[in-house]
Amino acid sequence: MPLDDTDHTYRIPGATGDWEIVVGLEVHAQVKSKAKLFSGAATEFGAEPNTQVSLVDVAMPGMLPVINEMCVAQAVRTGLGLNAQINAFSRFDRKNYFYPDLPQGYQISQFKHPIVGEGEIECERDDGSRFIVGIERLHLEQDAGKSIHDLDPNATYVDLNRSGVALMEIVSRPHVRSPGDAAAYVRTLRTILRYLDTCGGDMEKGQLRADVNVSVCKPGAYEKFMETGSFEHLGTRCEIKNVNSLRFIQQAIEYEAQRQIDIIEDGGKIDQETRLFDANTGVTRSMRSKEEAHDYRYFPDPDLLPLELEDSFIADIKAKLPELPSGKRKRFIEQLGLSEYDASVLTADKDRADYFEAVLAGGADAKLVANWVNNELFGRLNKESLPITESPVSADQLAGIVGQIADGSISGKIGKQVFEIVWEEGGDPREIVESRGLKQVSDTGAIEKVVDELIAANPEQAAQVKDKPKTMGWFVGQVMKAMQGKANPQAVNEILQKKLLG
Amino acid sequence: MTDFSALSLTDVLAGLEAKDFTAVELAEATVSAAEAAQPALNAFTVIDGARAVDMARASDARRAKGEAGVLDGAPIAIKDLFAVKGVTTTASSNILKGFEPTYESSVTQNLWDAGAVFFAKTSMDEFAMGSSNETANTGPVINPWRAEGSDENLVPGGSSGGSASALAAGISYGATGTDTGGSIRQPAAFTGLVGVKPTYGRCSRWGVVAFASSLDHPGPFAKTVKDSALLTQVMASHDPKDSTSYPGEVPNWVEAVGKSVKGLKIGVPKEYRMDGMPGEIETLWSKGAEWLRAAGAEVVDISLPMTKYALPAYYIIAPAEASSNLARYDGMRYGARVEGEDLIDTYEKTRAAGFGKEVQRRILIGTYVLSAGYYDAYYLKALKVRRKILEDFERAFAQVDAILTPTTPSAAFGIGSKAKADPIEMYLNDIFTVTANIAGVPAMSVPAGLDASGLPLGLQVITKALDEATMFTVAGAIEDAAGFKAKPKRWW
Repeated sequence: MPLDDTDHTYRIPGATGDWEIVVGLEVHAQVKSKAKLFSGAATEFGAEPNTQVSLVDVAMPGMLPVINEMCVAQAVRTGLGLNAQINAFSRFDRKNYFYPDLPQGYQISQFKHPIVGEGEIECERDDGSRFIVGIERLHLEQDAGKSIHDLDPNATYVDLNRSGVALMEIVSRPHVRSPGDAAAYVRTLRTILRYLDTCGGDMEKGQLRADVNVSVCKPGAYEKFMETGSFEHLGTRCEIKNVNSLRFIQQAIEYEAQRQIDIIEDGGKIDQETRLFDANTGVTRSMRSKEEAHDYRYFPDPDLLPLELEDSFIADIKAKLPELPSGKRKRFIEQLGLSEYDASVLTADKDRADYFEAVLAGGADAKLVANWVNNELFGRLNKESLPITESPVSADQLAGIVGQIADGSISGKIGKQVFEIVWEEGGDPREIVESRGLKQVSDTGAIEKVVDELIAANPEQAAQVKDKPKTMGWFVGQVMKAMQGKANPQAVNEILQKKLLG
Repeated sequence: MTDFSALSLTDVLAGLEAKDFTAVELAEATVSAAEAAQPALNAFTVIDGARAVDMARASDARRAKGEAGVLDGAPIAIKDLFAVKGVTTTASSNILKGFEPTYESSVTQNLWDAGAVFFAKTSMDEFAMGSSNETANTGPVINPWRAEGSDENLVPGGSSGGSASALAAGISYGATGTDTGGSIRQPAAFTGLVGVKPTYGRCSRWGVVAFASSLDHPGPFAKTVKDSALLTQVMASHDPKDSTSYPGEVPNWVEAVGKSVKGLKIGVPKEYRMDGMPGEIETLWSKGAEWLRAAGAEVVDISLPMTKYALPAYYIIAPAEASSNLARYDGMRYGARVEGEDLIDTYEKTRAAGFGKEVQRRILIGTYVLSAGYYDAYYLKALKVRRKILEDFERAFAQVDAILTPTTPSAAFGIGSKAKADPIEMYLNDIFTVTANIAGVPAMSVPAGLDASGLPLGLQVITKALDEATMFTVAGAIEDAAGFKAKPKRWW
């Protein structure tokens, strides 16, 4: 669903002509909460195995689940952030299957009645173009524990710390049309979740994982699907389970699409199945076929009452909803006068946006601040591979630097020097400027004195300027050099013009 | 020395208060009686004399300080489905052999908080699945009652058969049970006791090994209606750890016992008149109605048209929930485990060895009715029937204050006489009791008389949800009129 006229259609050439791909994603986002979905056990990452486990999580006889209201609020908050329908009535079902890391023998999930219904999000590609992905539903469910197979060749160990942790499963419509768009979708979703503070979004810690559904079709088929809503126009899909990085999502889709095309062009047909992506080899392999698929025997969990949300509960959460990236971006452009590019870069990440706004609070011009944050700061952070949360220059300090540029106390060039000092040594930028004598000289008398000396010492060059105005730059450089860069460049220009051209 | 076995709960509490005997004396006598009866009745899975005496000693100390609770010093037997901290809790199943919970069920905690003394866990049908207590892994429990002139061993009913047998034998002064389809009321009827299934949610299920979550009701056995009201009152509470626990206050139900039934409307549902039901039961039922009429109540005929669908719906819903609830017994974290070749083999061997035949049958039925392609035809349809049964009761209670029915279609039967037959025949025992589980409404059984062979029979009183008070009032009136004083002749 392109929002602009550029053709972003992703095509894979085949022996029978071009192919297109259709992708839908099920993202599992770990709810940010102190306690698990149905037990009081803690959820902190990295604890010793089996130390964050309650009697409920280990499924002792007679133990019962009690819903954690915080997790419900987080799901509602997320639903509102995804512009989605919040269902006042939802219900938990049991998904039954046996596995050692699933102590109850069933996962409590929401099958028939999810807490959040249809919504949509606007995603952004690397080139700044945008597209919309429909959200089918969001539901709450328990995570399973972790089976560890590589500690012992003859045994499997189970860590139940994750068992019972709340997840939001966010199911997209099959609106994603390229590997890059899939990554952009997950990235946008992650940004929104982090803005909402409902999920940490750290894929390395398993806080965000995606099941990726991929099918291929001939050009025109997808449009028919969109018109009719009938899946018969699309190819048979395969689901790639549990992909845990943006790069792997793209790789897995690329590999899987090509695999399907090769099979079809060889006269074969695609079997609907669940596959796994092997990050080491970059290939997907079959995990289980449709025939081997579990019969999960979903039924309403009789230990839990249906979840019925009061209007006021939803309204309260809505009232406290933070500004989301798309709204912030719009505001940066419309109210602060930033360029689309600057606004996009600054809002793509909540920490960046927070940093920018903290610098802005120092009172300097938004464009100047954006320039400094986007170029100087991000450039330097990238070079050192540091996240913004670990920036050696704090927002306060940067505000101090930019503020002094804005009020003419220092030049941009000196600003960079001060930035470097703060980065390396820390300190208050105003004090640094003061103590190191970096304050810009705007005193015209002082500048005139230097200019006069220079003209006197270089009469020939001075005479040339009238014919070749560009040569004035040499004088600017010499004045700056003589004044250790502290001269106000505007004043220098004005005085030189007056003396040399005037 | 006092003959404790003849005393009711109210009697022993009065005796303790009057210092006729101490809690320690009572506990010691209770433990001795339990140990003496165990070879014959097989009612207990655990008898813990040391703990009983410790708790009794603490009780005596509280009473001496004037801090006695409402059950202080009274020994109460606990069905093996309730977790008692540090005491083996197995649900009478091999799969939980040796399992010792590190936690205390909310219901038993309420009992201990009121001063009750733990002395034993009682046997039951495995995972509460059965109506005869013949499926326990420790063998059948024997009913202290025998037909006149016969020495045939009879079942105490089930699934809470151990609690019923122990109390009927005069060994305890109250006992806990759980009632999923009649597992308190049916054994109460078979052993001449009062058995109460309160409204769903009155007694917390936390710490009670689950059979069918939406149908499981903890409740008490008692010798008298007043005792049963007192026990229900103590066992009931709002428990935040059970999401289905009723959040309201627990009324004073003891006060409801002895109130007049004058002006109450009692419904007699015609659908409970079954083909092949012994005439004695029919007669007793009419007698019950007559007693209430004589006491000033108005008795009217009512109709509960969905009754005949209750048992089939029950045998879909209960196994469906059980198949999922029992999935946790997989040999991975606690309980029995039989090592196999691989994971699946270990699961299969563990569960094949750990679960008895009836439990396996119900897990299979439950798995079947929930599976793709059958869910709508069985489980979903059963839920619709459940809704209809609830509506039956709602209609009836718009018209009457209480419903009177027989508790069971027969008196206690012989050990083995039904266990080997078609399981359906055993399931039919619950025909009059399951409806109240399906609807979640309170129901209780009161001993009302003896059949021709001298075996006890019970009448059932059902009221609308949360109206246990009226139920206890009506049951009290039946108790008064019936004057049921019979006790099993001691043979054990």
